[in-house]
Amino acid sequence: MAAPNSKHDRPTTGHSWDGIEEFDNPLPRWWLWIFYATIIWSVVYWILFPAWPLINGATAGVLGYSSRQDVEAEMVAVDDANAVWYQRLLDTNLNDIAEDPELQRFAVNAGAAIFRAQCSQCHGAGADGLRPGSGFPNLLDDEWMWGGTTEDIVQTVTYGIRNEDFPDARYSEMPSFGRDGLLTDEEITQVVNHVLNISGQAHDAALAEAGAEVFDLNCSSCHGVDGGGDQFQGAPALNNAIWLYGGSEAEITASVQNAHFGVMPGFADRLSEAQIRAVASYVHQLGGGQ
Amino acid sequence: MSTAEEPEKLYAAREPVFPRRVKGEFRTLKWWLMGLMLGIYYVTPWIRWDRGPNLPDQAVLVDLANRRFFFFMVEIWPHEFYFVAGLLIMAGIGLFLFTSALGRVWCGYACPQTVWTDLYILVERWVEGDRNARLRLHRQKWGAEKFRKYMTKWALWLLIGLATGGAWVFYFTDAPTLLVDLLTFSAHPVAYGTIAFLTATTFLFGGFFREQVCIYGCPWPRIQAAMMDEDTITISYREWRGEPRGKHRKGEPEDAHGDCIDCMACVNVCPMGIDIRDGQQLACITCGLCIDACNDVMDRIDRPRGLIGYLALSDEVRERAGNEPKSVWKHVFRPRTIVYTTLWAGIGLGLLVALFLRTDIDMSISPIRNPTYVTLSDGSIRNTYDIRLRNMYAEPRQFYLTVADNPSITLTMEGVQGQLVTVGPDEQLIQRVYLVASPGTAAATTAATPVRIWVSVTGETDRIYGETVFNGRAQ
Repeated sequence: MAAPNSKHDRPTTGHSWDGIEEFDNPLPRWWLWIFYATIIWSVVYWILFPAWPLINGATAGVLGYSSRQDVEAEMVAVDDANAVWYQRLLDTNLNDIAEDPELQRFAVNAGAAIFRAQCSQCHGAGADGLRPGSGFPNLLDDEWMWGGTTEDIVQTVTYGIRNEDFPDARYSEMPSFGRDGLLTDEEITQVVNHVLNISGQAHDAALAEAGAEVFDLNCSSCHGVDGGGDQFQGAPALNNAIWLYGGSEAEITASVQNAHFGVMPGFADRLSEAQIRAVASYVHQLGGGQ
Repeated sequence: MSTAEEPEKLYAAREPVFPRRVKGEFRTLKWWLMGLMLGIYYVTPWIRWDRGPNLPDQAVLVDLANRRFFFFMVEIWPHEFYFVAGLLIMAGIGLFLFTSALGRVWCGYACPQTVWTDLYILVERWVEGDRNARLRLHRQKWGAEKFRKYMTKWALWLLIGLATGGAWVFYFTDAPTLLVDLLTFSAHPVAYGTIAFLTATTFLFGGFFREQVCIYGCPWPRIQAAMMDEDTITISYREWRGEPRGKHRKGEPEDAHGDCIDCMACVNVCPMGIDIRDGQQLACITCGLCIDACNDVMDRIDRPRGLIGYLALSDEVRERAGNEPKSVWKHVFRPRTIVYTTLWAGIGLGLLVALFLRTDIDMSISPIRNPTYVTLSDGSIRNTYDIRLRNMYAEPRQFYLTVADNPSITLTMEGVQGQLVTVGPDEQLIQRVYLVASPGTAAATTAATPVRIWVSVTGETDRIYGETVFNGRAQ
């Protein structure tokens, strides 16, 4: 490089900024070579890889590369990697999954993904049942209608609740006490006040006292003598602060009048047994598991 | 203002530079500095530092796999990356400081490109001889001698490149283990790939690209102009002394020429292939070799040294007018350098204070806000938090979590009995924590209550807290 900046004979671009001028030096020749190399590279690339857009698609390239195949191969690789873990989930006793930190981490993460895709539509992305009184159970709290052990949750997820697809679906039905004329309006007012009483809310003492007898005769066989509920029949506890369909006087009255028939689909035909175990493990560790 | 008759060529081949061998103070200094730099680079990964059984015993280790950086007694976690950012800022300001005070000393003495090019030129000279021999060989047609010498040179260059790339990978994993793995061909392909890549770049940049890296590739020569001013001490040619240049002839008066005899010694030794007599220029890396070359010539023709020397622009003017130059100290200590030094030292002190004040436990709290709270069957209100606990310690430790300031809130943890949780050595753990406020208490009935979660370690006095918010059901 013989004096590229030599001020004696080098021409300048003719531009001058505050007296600072720019030399008009030639570019290095290797730079030109690199430029030509990139052009050659692009031609090689057109031949090897998909490149030119045509009316229906694009030129395929002689290597036969496709990004879709890449994704598919990656999906297969992920499935293969997960297969080992799913097998371990199947081989491990349900109650022992949580004892194995690695397996538990896999189960919770896999379960969370499944939950978001399959369960969050009803139970909410945060598993809180969308909102209080929505009719979709909150899976975070400490009350379970059909049981909160991992085994119970597996059973519920597998067959669902009150659906006609699976004979093994959990089933129970509350009578529509008002609509079907099983109770008079007066009796309903009384029993609602009794429920308000046992759940620690404001109530009319006289009505509630009368309602206790109505409750005993009509409700206690499922909801329990003390209103504590019965997980074998999916009868929710009425003596606490958690309400599936709302705990106000109007909401309880509506429930007694017309009853509810909440349905959950079974997932045995959509998820593998191992996936169901994963999602059950996830739900179990959300804060309410028993 | 092109004065050329013919149109300028758009592209030009590189004209090879064959720096002549030179002896002198700056060359000696550069030999020592080269030894020091290369020594630091090659030796550092092999220094051992005992950190106990659970941590690596390499003094300087960038453990990318486990996301830790070890530097002697200091261990940096990823969340402490501000230390690295701070060091980078210090390096930047340090570069400003040195450049504003002493010009491009970094480029001339310490830059790896300069050091390795110097080493490559040393090898080249050793194989092919000094400037004239190399020039002759370069112009010679390919034959047995040229082939033999070039192959020897390239082989040596490749070996140096291999050692360079080879040393680099030792910074990232345990050096003795990796060396054995490398030699038995059982190391990770990334290690071989990195070595191959760095061998190639060293070979190319040190052997062939050389000064072009500085001229075309490096941004620093473009920035340095803004860092230097008329008080910056840098390498200059004393034009007032040297001009008009030329050889003395018999019969001419003594003052027909300046001290410069136009012997081209300064140009011939220059690794950048430039002429310092053209003045300050982008391509000059201020390596000082032209000073040595010129001083040697001045001694021989019995003139005072320093026709080329370290000199500030303002002194050039002063000397030309026949005045004494300002003292070196006045050049070095001026507001600009003092501001840079203060900034540099301030950041350094800040980092040191942060380093010594940091605790070796650490936590961060992520409240789970979907939903904001959960009503439990007895009417109490529960909030959920993911707490990241870091045990920056070489042994497992038990962390005790509590909400000491609010008696109506109790703390429980998912999957853990009680309030003690064990975190492994040099590990972090994300633990789900529940805070439950009893029914009717202020926390349960207020929309937002600030709470502190305390973390202490069994058997230790240090404790830390994290602040978060408890969401109750507003009435």
